[in-house]
Amino acid sequence: MGDKYSLEKLKEEKKNWEETKLNKVLSKHPERYEKFYTNSNIEVERLYTELNVQDMDYLEELGFPGEYPYTRGVQPTMYRGRLWTMRQYAGFGTAEESNQRYKFLLSQGQTGLSVAFDLPTQIGYDSDHPLSKGEVGKVGVAIDSLKDMEILFDGIPLDKVSTSMTINAPAAILLSMYIAVAEKQGVSPDELSGTIQNDILKEYVARGTYIFPPEPSMRLITNIFEFCSKNMPKWNTISISGYHIREAGATAIQEVAFTLADGIAYVEAAIKAGLSVDDFAPRLSFFFNAHNDLLEEVAKFRAARRLWAKIMKERFNAKDPRSMMLRFHTQTGGSTLTAQQPDNNIIRVTIQALAAVLGGTQSLHTNSRDEALALPSEDSVRIALRTQQIIAYESGVTETIDPLAGSYYVEHLTNTIEQKAREYIDKIDKLGGAAKAIEKGFMQQEIQDSAYRYQMEVESGRRIVVGVNKFQIEEEPPKGLLKVDPEVGIMQEKKLKELKSSRDNIAVGQALKELEQVAKTDDNLMPVILKCVKSYCTLGEICDILRKVFGEYKASITI
Amino acid sequence: MSCTKTIRVLIAKPGLDGHDRGAKVIARALRDSGMEVIYTGLRQTPEQIVEAAIQEDVDVIGLSILSGAHNFLFPRVIELLKEKNAQDILVIGGGVIPDEDIPGLKAAGIAEVFTPGTPTSKIIDFIKSHVK
Repeated sequence: MGDKYSLEKLKEEKKNWEETKLNKVLSKHPERYEKFYTNSNIEVERLYTELNVQDMDYLEELGFPGEYPYTRGVQPTMYRGRLWTMRQYAGFGTAEESNQRYKFLLSQGQTGLSVAFDLPTQIGYDSDHPLSKGEVGKVGVAIDSLKDMEILFDGIPLDKVSTSMTINAPAAILLSMYIAVAEKQGVSPDELSGTIQNDILKEYVARGTYIFPPEPSMRLITNIFEFCSKNMPKWNTISISGYHIREAGATAIQEVAFTLADGIAYVEAAIKAGLSVDDFAPRLSFFFNAHNDLLEEVAKFRAARRLWAKIMKERFNAKDPRSMMLRFHTQTGGSTLTAQQPDNNIIRVTIQALAAVLGGTQSLHTNSRDEALALPSEDSVRIALRTQQIIAYESGVTETIDPLAGSYYVEHLTNTIEQKAREYIDKIDKLGGAAKAIEKGFMQQEIQDSAYRYQMEVESGRRIVVGVNKFQIEEEPPKGLLKVDPEVGIMQEKKLKELKSSRDNIAVGQALKELEQVAKTDDNLMPVILKCVKSYCTLGEICDILRKVFGEYKASITI
Repeated sequence: MSCTKTIRVLIAKPGLDGHDRGAKVIARALRDSGMEVIYTGLRQTPEQIVEAAIQEDVDVIGLSILSGAHNFLFPRVIELLKEKNAQDILVIGGGVIPDEDIPGLKAAGIAEVFTPGTPTSKIIDFIKSHVK
């Protein structure tokens, strides 16, 4: 690239090529479709040249790795310095079983833990609650009290591993349990590194494990920000998640837009609660999806990084460079996996993982081939982890930083996604911000429209899903799927009974009473939640008190 | 068909599972095919679902679960329908449901189970040919 010839000349030559070469071919062999689109319905041109990126200012829009606006990556050396954290989301059944899976994963070269909790835990019910029936231990591990958490991390040195916990509405409680387990290991909170998801807004939009209404939920979140900024400097206090928004059907543009809009809402809430931006913003982290459209996904990650940096600098006047860095975890797209010919999913996951790495992710979960059918088996999880390791050690894409930069197409897509995401954020601002937009069902409706359009495209055959609407075969039902022991619920109920008869129930009563009092004030809830947890109050007992004081969220239904 | 009655469908999410992309896509596809569709929203107990189905006088209940709790929650809905003498309501299910669980669910009274990758047209046809 450069000034060897003028853009005018390029334009002329391109026109010349179209008129002479291209049109001749097109008249004999028309293209497969009249128009082409990315997965997110951005129209794709036949050919990209310098003409598509002629207005870009390299220093302003791309810059250098580790420098504003971080388009090329958040660290100056990226994977030449340290590879991403390989972090497989795992957990099922009892704490004992999950503990074994974590030890297996660590023995296979995984470098961080990622805890999946079952739905009762995520929604703040103990395993013996009537609504927990049939759900205990199903999509993650069942945690009722500190007792379970002690078993979950038994023999795992918490000063050595970083742990990510997918927990939202009761995040403060599970974080407190983690702190308490660490203390028993002799590890102090300031040594702990990891992440809690703690992102309630996307629960309202897409994931559904909310408990409390927005206002007290935002208070819990800012309480955590404040507590961690003082006590846990290495802890990511939130993982602002586009993953589930995308899974619910959003396009790549909507994923970026709605995630960053949620991020803006958290920053505003924390500032309103009296925190200063550079005290908490460096510990905000993000979580994105990776779907099959390789180059669009790479562009998405780059666009998200640049847009967040600009928002933090221009809108919130952040001064600390770390406040402007969008650091993110990626998981490959669960909704792209097919139940048909499940081994094909290994290839999909490879493409998606490659997109995450080419997009500069900080950590990565690769899905297992059998996840459209059940929780993954150990064999499938190993292949998924090996997929990351092959990309890391054999593909060569890690040896230079942001290798797709300068591709006319990738830069053009990066610009387009940034611009269109910005338009969405403007619209959300006009609606009164993310929380209001969610209340009005705006994000939900946009996502549902995209999901429906996608499904109709698959059914009309305009969109091909290999093995689903083309290249189908007759298949035997798959074998070797993981089954969660149906007795988990009974075992957990038994453990709860034992706990309640062996703990100091007077201390439990006092701690819960104190929790109720603090919940009614504006004070930070973290110290009293820690106290409850250490007295072996159960998760359900703690959440019941908070439900009593805060009330429960009622979702608005849109179809 | 000479039958002019509009088919009424309740799409329901039993249990604690929050994944409702599929439920919503199907609700909309059924609506676009001319049916009247009510969606319950998340976290419905089998009791709430059956009550809503009777109150709304639906012909079909479509249950969606991706959490693995189907073996408990699907049969429970059928049981309650029988208790309320409403077993004429057609009950279908969908979600991440292993093949080996399907015979058991059918034996319990679920008319059909639709797993990932099913075209919505197949579900529409099934309902139209099974609602009397």
